[in-house]
Amino acid sequence: MTTAIKVENVSKTYTRDKMSVPVLNNVSIEIPEGEFVALMGPSGSGKTTLLNLIAGIDRPTGGRVSVQGEDIGTMNESSLAKWRSRNIGFIFQFYNLIPVLTAYENVELPLMLTPLSKAQRKQQVETSLAIVGLADRMKHTPNQLSGGQQQRVAIARAIATDPNIIVADEPTGDLDKKSALEIMTLLERLNKEFGKTIIMVTHDPSAAEHAHIVRHLDKGDLLPEGA
Amino acid sequence: MKIPFYYILRNFFARKLTASITIVGVALVVFVFAAVLMMAYGVEKALISTGSDENAIITRKGSNNEISSIIDLQTANELSTLKGIAKDAQGKVVVSYEVATVINLDKKSGGMSNVSVRGVSPQVFVLRPGVKLAQGTWFRSGSREIVVGKQTNARFQGAALGDKVKFGGDFWTIVGIMDANGSAFDSEMWVDVEQLRGAYKRDAYSSMTFKFTSKDDLETMKSKISGDPRLNQMEVEIERSFFEKQSEALAMFLRVLGLVVTIIFSVGAMIGAMITMYTSVANRTVEIGTLRALGFRRGAVLFAFLFESLMLSLVGGVSGLILASGLTFFSISTMNFSSFSELAFSFAMSPSIIITSLLFAILMGFVGGVLPSWRASRMKIVDSLRGA
Repeated sequence: MTTAIKVENVSKTYTRDKMSVPVLNNVSIEIPEGEFVALMGPSGSGKTTLLNLIAGIDRPTGGRVSVQGEDIGTMNESSLAKWRSRNIGFIFQFYNLIPVLTAYENVELPLMLTPLSKAQRKQQVETSLAIVGLADRMKHTPNQLSGGQQQRVAIARAIATDPNIIVADEPTGDLDKKSALEIMTLLERLNKEFGKTIIMVTHDPSAAEHAHIVRHLDKGDLLPEGA
Repeated sequence: MKIPFYYILRNFFARKLTASITIVGVALVVFVFAAVLMMAYGVEKALISTGSDENAIITRKGSNNEISSIIDLQTANELSTLKGIAKDAQGKVVVSYEVATVINLDKKSGGMSNVSVRGVSPQVFVLRPGVKLAQGTWFRSGSREIVVGKQTNARFQGAALGDKVKFGGDFWTIVGIMDANGSAFDSEMWVDVEQLRGAYKRDAYSSMTFKFTSKDDLETMKSKISGDPRLNQMEVEIERSFFEKQSEALAMFLRVLGLVVTIIFSVGAMIGAMITMYTSVANRTVEIGTLRALGFRRGAVLFAFLFESLMLSLVGGVSGLILASGLTFFSISTMNFSSFSELAFSFAMSPSIIITSLLFAILMGFVGGVLPSWRASRMKIVDSLRGA
C-alpha cells in the first residue's frame, strides 16, 4: 500500500496574547492510501490541529507534511488553495453548509473551482447527492433539512470533486445516535467502496469503531499505536 | 475562481433589515446630491436657454451684467450701422435696444424681492421668437404697459393681469402674461424701452441685442469695434454665452454649498455601509472559513463582499435618483447675483447627473465596503472555522 499522508516531526505553536502555546510536539504519522483513521483524545490534545495541517488549512511551525508525495508546506497560499480544492474533501462538526444556498448549490460549490462545464457539474452533483441518499432533497436549503441530512449534504459536497482524501472533524458531534450511525456507515462505504482515505477526529468511541486505525493524542503528543 | 453571483445576491436579500437601512441611508444622500446638481443644472438651463446662438449682445466692457452696462444713444446709433447686423424684409436692422432695471415687489410667499424690468424694442419678437404671449395682449409702443413673465405672475403679488405697478414715478398697467419656455425671461417684466428710458430719464440703453448675419461678419464687427476709439469701450458676445456666464456664479454657489452638505451626509452613509458590511462579515465568519477551506482564494472572498457592498450602494443610488427625479415637477426661485433679481427655475435632470450620482453611490459603497471585505479576505482559515 502506498503512503497517502506522511507527517514528519511536525510541531505547532500558537501565539495567544504574546504567549506561546505549544499544541503539537514532534508528531510523526504515516497513513496509507485507502485507510480510515480516527484521531482521538481529550479537548486541547491537538487532534484538530493535526487534521488541519494534513488538510492544508494551517501550516506547521516545524516539520513536514507530505500528501500523496507533495510537500504541502512549500506551496504558496494560492497553490495550496488549488491543491485543497482538488485533493481534500472537508466534513465539519456543524456541517458548515452555506445557509442561503440549496443542497444542490452547496454541493456544486467546490465544483465551481474546477474546469467542469455546467452539465458535467450537474452530473457530479446529482451523483454525489444520490450516493448520500438525498437525490430528492436537491432544492432544499439547509434550514429545511434535519441535522443528519445536512451532514449528508456536507458529505456529498466533500466527495463532489472526487478527492482522494476526506478529512472529517467530529462528523457525528452534533447528531443523535441514529443519524450518527447513518453518517458513519456512509463514511465506511466511501472508504470501502470508493477507496477514499479518511482521517476523522472524534470524541465518540462508537464512531471510532468504524475506523481501521485509531490513534490517540494527548497534550500535543501522538501516543503509540494501540495506546 | 469566482464565488457564484447567486451566493452574493442571496446574502444581499437574506439580511433584509440591515440591507434596507443601508440602502435608505445611501438613497437619502444620493437624493440630496442629485437634487443639488439638478438645481444648479436648472439654473444653467434657465439662463442658457435665455440666450440664442443666432443673436449677439453688446454691453459695456467690464460690466458683467446688463444692469451695470451703459450704451449712450450716440454710440448705440453708431453700432447699429455696423456691418454684420441682419435686416428684416423691410430693410430695418434686427436690433432690440434694451434697458434693464430692477424693482421691488412683494412675494406671494412673504417678503420682498427684486424683479427685473426689461425695456425692449419692437424687434425683440423677431430676436426671441420663443417668447409667446400666454394671456392678454402685448404692450403698445408709447404706452406705460407691461407684459409679465409667467413666473413673475405666479410668484409676486400685484403681478396679475390688470394690476398696476408703480415704478419710475408712474403707474404701469399689466396687459399681458408671456411664456418664455422656462428661460429667465419668465421671471421678468417687459415694457417699451423708450417709455422705460423716459420714466427713469436715462440718456442711454443698457444693452443692444441683434441678429447677426454670419459668424465671420461678427468677428469683423468685433475687430471694428475694438479698433474704433469711439466704440472700443463696448464688447460683443454671442447671447447664449453671455447668459451662460451669468449662470456660472449662481450654479457654482449652489454646487459648492450642496456638495459640502452632501459630503458631510455621505460620511454617515459610508459609516452605515461599513457597519452593515462588518456585521455581515462577523455573521459569516464560519462561512468565509468554509469557502476558503474548499479552495476559494482570498481575492474571491474580497470580491464577493465588496460586490455585495457595491450592490447595496447601487440600489440606494438608483432609489435616490428615482426620488430626485420627482423634483423635476417642482420649480423654485432664488436671487440671481448676476442680475440682482429673482430667478425662477425648475430642477432639471441630465444624463451626466445620473452618471455622477451613481458613481457617487458606488464610491460610498466602495469606501464603506473595502475595509470589512479586506478583513474577511485576510482572516485565517482555522480562526474563521472556529468562528473567531
